[in-house]
Amino acid sequence: MTSQTSAPAPRTSPGAPPRADRDLVDVRRRPTTWTGLWFVLPFLAFYLLFLLWPAVVGLGYTFTDRSLAGGPLSFVGPDNWQESLTDRALYDSLWNTLWFTILSVPLMVLLALGLALLTDHARRLGWFLRLSFFAPFVLPVAVMTLIWNWMYNPSLGLFNGTLARFGVQGPEWLFSEDTAMFSVVIATAWWQVGFNYLLYLAAMQSIPKDVYEAAAIDGAGAWQRVGRITLPLLARTTALITVLQLIGSLRVFEQIYLMTMGGPNFATRTVIQYIYDSGFVGLRVGLASSMAYIFMVLIIAASIAQFRLFSRKEA
Amino acid sequence: MVTSTSRPAAPATAPARLLRRRRVTVGSAALYTVAALAALLWLVPLLWAFATSVKPEGETTVMPPAWLTPNATFEAYAQVLGRGDIIRWTMNSLITTTIVTALTLVVCVLAAYGFSRFDFRGRGWLFALVIGGILIPPQVLIVPQFVLMTQLGLVDTYWGVALPQVVAPVFVFILKRFFDAIPRDYEDAAKMDGAGPLLVLWSVILPLSRPILTAVGIFTFIGAWNNFLWPFIVVNDPEMMTLPVGLGTVLGQYGIQYAQVMASAVLGALPLLVVYLLFQRHIVTGVAGAGIKG
Repeated sequence: MTSQTSAPAPRTSPGAPPRADRDLVDVRRRPTTWTGLWFVLPFLAFYLLFLLWPAVVGLGYTFTDRSLAGGPLSFVGPDNWQESLTDRALYDSLWNTLWFTILSVPLMVLLALGLALLTDHARRLGWFLRLSFFAPFVLPVAVMTLIWNWMYNPSLGLFNGTLARFGVQGPEWLFSEDTAMFSVVIATAWWQVGFNYLLYLAAMQSIPKDVYEAAAIDGAGAWQRVGRITLPLLARTTALITVLQLIGSLRVFEQIYLMTMGGPNFATRTVIQYIYDSGFVGLRVGLASSMAYIFMVLIIAASIAQFRLFSRKEA
Repeated sequence: MVTSTSRPAAPATAPARLLRRRRVTVGSAALYTVAALAALLWLVPLLWAFATSVKPEGETTVMPPAWLTPNATFEAYAQVLGRGDIIRWTMNSLITTTIVTALTLVVCVLAAYGFSRFDFRGRGWLFALVIGGILIPPQVLIVPQFVLMTQLGLVDTYWGVALPQVVAPVFVFILKRFFDAIPRDYEDAAKMDGAGPLLVLWSVILPLSRPILTAVGIFTFIGAWNNFLWPFIVVNDPEMMTLPVGLGTVLGQYGIQYAQVMASAVLGALPLLVVYLLFQRHIVTGVAGAGIKG
């Protein structure tokens, strides 16, 4: 229903009755009322079993002392919620997730824009540029972290080894509370920026060439054309990429877990890792579920706020 | 602007063309240099992984780091492949990823078609429910999902890895929008020949949807292949691990044989790099389609 506003305008074929706005569904469809449901059913089965049911059951767990180790189960009321909401470590991990997001979103939007602008102008290198900027995106996370952990190695790695050649003592990278998060953000940008980059590139290449030609004839220089034509026309794409990147960054877990295990001294432990630690290491299903719910509410609120901002901009 | 000189821009006046040509020669040298350097810089991690992997183990930790070694060897690859687990993990990934991709395509196409072409009771709120699912981050459901898998006896199985990954509401949304845009006239001929809805889907809608199906298929494949958290949780047996999980967890136990670790990374990167090179065009247009329309 919601998406119908963006569907193409109903065509008016001769002889067909004029359509009301609700009437995108074919008026000539078979009169069965249940056919469509049969098509939807397989998806719904997966959806109910693996998404909705765990979500509902998870909510139930939050009121019990259920443990992954088994044992008798009892109702504990709001204890888990109380414990989570007053848990300093949960707020720390929420902050780490937020800090990662604050650092990574602007970087990964601007970097993608810059790389796409380069590619859009250096057309003759296009194939090579697309390959090197996008290829990291298809790497499994563990491959990325193996390579970057090796490069970041403070005493044997490529970075500090190269710096040492110039007489510079390199930082501790992943092993210092001060630099660990930045290091993770840099590696993440290298790994994931390719998707945003392709979105930008596609948007740039859909701008008609004659717009640029006309501007050039009017005497606009290359920088002016980028500033006055390309960037304004990309506003919608930028909004979309920012929303997607924000939601993606808030869900960060895997690369940080594999690079630092959340350390040093929990400086990079994200919420999802804390949920994992509580559930699968601490075995406290109820407690972990209440944290998961707190986080889910925050994420959904952030997503809805984003979409509202985004659609208002478009309107 | 660079290509505009190589293609004849028809109605440009002579002075304008002159102006543009001069800017190309001055500006493009710098532009191409910056672009080439950026691309090379971007390849450094992959090149360094490869450079390390072909060194004899004794040379990997020599400082300052050298890019080339006179004693290049594939010894590390032989060691890694000889142990066999990386091949096993690749097979596991191939099996689970194939299940996820095939099921996702079938289930999401059917649902999108149902929502796009039929009116039935509850259609509105069911669709809203599906779309609402996009907002739920699957990572927060790992605990109850794991409990469910324990109850179903699917821990440490391919189905346990694959099934929860099939739920992809966003693809239902994207496919439905694509189907909505296909004019209904195309189906009329088939319907007049007495084709049922399933045959219409198969013989009319799907052939027209090849680009979007390819894109959804490729992205499901990449996503499932690279998924880490869920397989990491539902699999404990090293024999059943997928490639990312195996590389991420078991590998640490081999200690600091850096040539071997990097050889594993290169081997782990290869399958999807090959897929990317084969399907580069589809991936680019797929992102473009999802981005511009979505």
